[in-house]
Amino acid sequence: MGYPANYRYTKEHEWVNAKDGVATIGITDYAQGELGDVVFVELPEAGKKLETGKSFGTVESVKAVSEIYAPVSGEVLEANPELLDKPETINSDPHGAAWMVKIKLANPAELEKLMDGAAYEAYIAAKGKEASA
Amino acid sequence: MNDKIKKATRHTNQNEGLIFEKSSPGKRAFELPPLDVPKVDVAKTLGAQHRRDGVGGFPEVSEIEVIRHFTRLSTWNYAIDLGMYPLGSCTMKYNPRVNEFVARLDGIATEHPYQPQELSQGCLKILQLLEKCLLEITGMDSITLQPAAGAQGELTGLLLIRAYLEKQGNARKKVLIPDSAHGTNPATAVIAGYEVQNIKSESHGQIDVDKLRDLVTEEVAALMITNPSTLGIFEERIPEIAEILHAKGALLYMDGANMNALTGVTRPGDLGVDVMHLNLHKTFSTPHGGGGPGAGPVAMKKILEPFRPVPILVEREGGKLALEQVRPDSIGKVRAFGGNFGVLVRALAYILAYGPGVRQATEDAVLNANYIRKHLEGVYDLPYSLPSMHEVVFSDAIQKRNGVNTMDIAKRLIDYGFHPYTTAFPLIVPGALMIEPTESESKEECDLFIGAMKSIAEEAANTPELVKSAPHTTRVKRLDEVGAARKPMLRWKPASRSHVAD
Amino acid sequence: MRYLPKSPAERQEMLAAIGAKSIEELFETIPEKYRLRDALKLPGPFAEAEVIDYFKQRAGENSLGYTSFLGAGVYQHLRSVITDTILLRGEFLTSYTPYQAEIAQGTLQAIFEFQTLMCQLTGQEVANASMYDGSTATTEAVLMAERLTGRARVLVARSVHPEYREVLQTYAKNSGLHVEEIGYTKSGTVDAASIKRALKDDVAAVVLQSPNFFGVLETLPGIADAAHAAGALLVVAIAEGVSLGAVKPPAEADIVAMEAQSFGLPPSYGGPYAGVIASRDKFVRQMPGRLAGQTTDTDGKRGFVLTLATREQHIRREKATSNICTNQALCALAATVHLTLLGKEGLREMAEQNFAKAQFALSELEKIPGVKRAFDGPVFNEFTLEFPRSVRTINGELLKEKIAGPLALGTGYPELTKHGLVCVTETTRRAEIERFAAAVKNILSKPL
Repeated sequence: MGYPANYRYTKEHEWVNAKDGVATIGITDYAQGELGDVVFVELPEAGKKLETGKSFGTVESVKAVSEIYAPVSGEVLEANPELLDKPETINSDPHGAAWMVKIKLANPAELEKLMDGAAYEAYIAAKGKEASA
Repeated sequence: MNDKIKKATRHTNQNEGLIFEKSSPGKRAFELPPLDVPKVDVAKTLGAQHRRDGVGGFPEVSEIEVIRHFTRLSTWNYAIDLGMYPLGSCTMKYNPRVNEFVARLDGIATEHPYQPQELSQGCLKILQLLEKCLLEITGMDSITLQPAAGAQGELTGLLLIRAYLEKQGNARKKVLIPDSAHGTNPATAVIAGYEVQNIKSESHGQIDVDKLRDLVTEEVAALMITNPSTLGIFEERIPEIAEILHAKGALLYMDGANMNALTGVTRPGDLGVDVMHLNLHKTFSTPHGGGGPGAGPVAMKKILEPFRPVPILVEREGGKLALEQVRPDSIGKVRAFGGNFGVLVRALAYILAYGPGVRQATEDAVLNANYIRKHLEGVYDLPYSLPSMHEVVFSDAIQKRNGVNTMDIAKRLIDYGFHPYTTAFPLIVPGALMIEPTESESKEECDLFIGAMKSIAEEAANTPELVKSAPHTTRVKRLDEVGAARKPMLRWKPASRSHVAD
Repeated sequence: MRYLPKSPAERQEMLAAIGAKSIEELFETIPEKYRLRDALKLPGPFAEAEVIDYFKQRAGENSLGYTSFLGAGVYQHLRSVITDTILLRGEFLTSYTPYQAEIAQGTLQAIFEFQTLMCQLTGQEVANASMYDGSTATTEAVLMAERLTGRARVLVARSVHPEYREVLQTYAKNSGLHVEEIGYTKSGTVDAASIKRALKDDVAAVVLQSPNFFGVLETLPGIADAAHAAGALLVVAIAEGVSLGAVKPPAEADIVAMEAQSFGLPPSYGGPYAGVIASRDKFVRQMPGRLAGQTTDTDGKRGFVLTLATREQHIRREKATSNICTNQALCALAATVHLTLLGKEGLREMAEQNFAKAQFALSELEKIPGVKRAFDGPVFNEFTLEFPRSVRTINGELLKEKIAGPLALGTGYPELTKHGLVCVTETTRRAEIERFAAAVKNILSKPL
């Protein structure tokens, strides 16, 4: 699976797709691969304020729980209702249908600090080399 | 599979439904003696708002169906009575049957915790003797038998520490926990109102004493240590660790899960430990019973004695024993009544059977673990090479090269007639195989286990698919845990969803 | 030693294989000054007969031969011998926690059946595989309500078992919970008006017990509505589960914390028992304790696994719903076997017998001059009486008649100095009830 060039990515494997002051956030294909089959997602309600770098939810597999960290700050407009019923969407379509939250950006400039598609792909390639070393 | 492997693996009685599926109105399994007082109309006396007309959906079966149902179910289980559980840090030793007999005696099983103390001297003597024995074993000054399990013992220990520090003026904020610790340790610290600070183990898997020196401040209430560590390695510098903590007014808590390596050989109290819990369902042979009951007594140094949970066992004049319910500095109660008395009885029976010779059990446990280690070194990767005590931790690094991991090896071990070892713990060893045979295994059983593990290592190298798709010989194959977590079905319902063919 | 399967020769062989000259070598990592030179000073070693003899002697120093009228959270009920037949099967007794599901289907299916029975009994949607006991189950239920509501205030009825409340206090102190006690009325039930006054939008839970410590059944609907209107959860503790055979279950409760000791577990001087938490499906992820779930294997065969384990300590560690690891599995199995034996009709009949015996005892005791029923609320198998003099002095005399009399309530309730809690079950024979009443009458007829 490719990593959309127009998205931005974090070291904790979240992606952001920003447009007109609204950002859609999810976790990457790499992250879902590491997690294994996702069984449950915990997401914030509309109105909750996200702080960059702070955890705003969790993703669970059978044997592990991972925190999801806010790549940028803002106010939650909507959490993806599909993930409540079908958490497995995160495994099948992590960059599209498995978006997690849509937020109103508090500070669009924060996006500059994140990696672009190419940088992220290089980052996870390096991680791959580390693991097999 | 190797013909020389002698263990039987096939389970009989493949099909047995849920008891509710065998139910039919009008069947009875149990009858009561007739009522010898006038019958009363419940609805009239209680009123319609309180009345219930029988429990809907409750099973209606006969006595033989109950016997067959549960007997069949039992044949689907592995058990110590059948063979070894090499589970690290679980100490799955033989559960002596005489313990079951004495716990069920009339006059033991029948006693009510609120009956007058004059009518409970037998029970109180049992408690007193057990207290004395456990203090002798641990080298501590005082003890509480109240906690229901290890985790509750840990909580009690931390609450004792908190109460002691509070009395000194500052309960402090943090508890230090090694990254190799059992999950109950950090979970408990949080419940006790402390912040958890994880300390990374050093390169040999031990506590990093130099780092510890920097970390212990007056904000630290305690360090929770497991000794031997969850790697099965004795923390040689524990007396130094105790000193570092004490110098800053902090205390040393020891998780006693691995006491099976120490009993009769050394005493935590002598090593500088201030407070510790014991797992009677591990070291002291009380049965696991599929997940409990256990008991987690907490032994402590004198400084913590005033804070013990009530009631406190005391001896009065004339040798009469009593339970005192009021102690001004007590942390209160962690559970109702005095403790899991039935479990305490079993533990005392175990201790009495061994007497002063209990050291032999510890020696045999350490002998077995080292024997297995010697034979599997080189076959499996050994990440930490310091001497092992009663358990040894390997990793799946060698087998992983062929795509076989510790989970797969564990599942394949089932086909050889063994219960798996502990997988994926401690967290500091990726792909861990944590093996603790206990003293209850004969040389023959150890050799069978070694043979099985060697055979699996060969399979991992030559026919990895066989290992990865194990187990092959069980009543059910690998179960869908993902489906169970995504759409939890946690009870039977009459309009049953169990449409799958058995 | 009979528990150690090694001969001296085998030990030598194994040492040789390791390359050690003696077993001492294997303990060299313990600094020498801390290695014990002498054997521990412990009694024994005892042969099997000596172990039995020791405990038989202790058994003879307890209450054999006495009739007891004690309840108060621990109940003497009929118990089939079949329960032990099953419990003593090695595959149940000596098996481990069912983490390896393929070789623990017996345990897992039994847990699934237990969870189902608990739901049926309590009228709730989901139940766990057991907690330590009723007192810790109640505490964990309150902590669960705290997590679900995000609030820190708890209203607890004084009519809840005093030890349950003590345990709650011990846990509450360290979790930022603020526990307030609510009094009771002359009918022996919680003061509902007080609860309503105390309910604000900072209350996480209202905690009641039914039948309560005085033996009286609480009336739940009004309190449940008030709690829910304030956004609080209703937690109901049940200490005497047999009542559920004749009394409507607390379906209005959001969380039920039940003690299962009445279902096939002997009193055993305080434990082991088994607590259960039962609640709504929507709260399951905040429920502590193990859960067995139904699933299928790769061949499509039905099977059971422990599930939703991410709530628990071995995965969540600091953020776990509870620190519980070992629970009371074998006790829960005892309850499962017992309830399966009793079945629908057996439990109903047992409950009705309890009820009838209590009404008979009540009428016999009320006939005694000076003895009054303390509370007029409806009761199941326990009731509170007020006596004309201290219960302790009466009990002292009753002991001479080999009767363990009512529980004196003065310790837990300083305002109830002359009150005693009487319990009768289906095991209390009519002749014993009459003998008890006669003895009390006789004692009271004499001057102090």
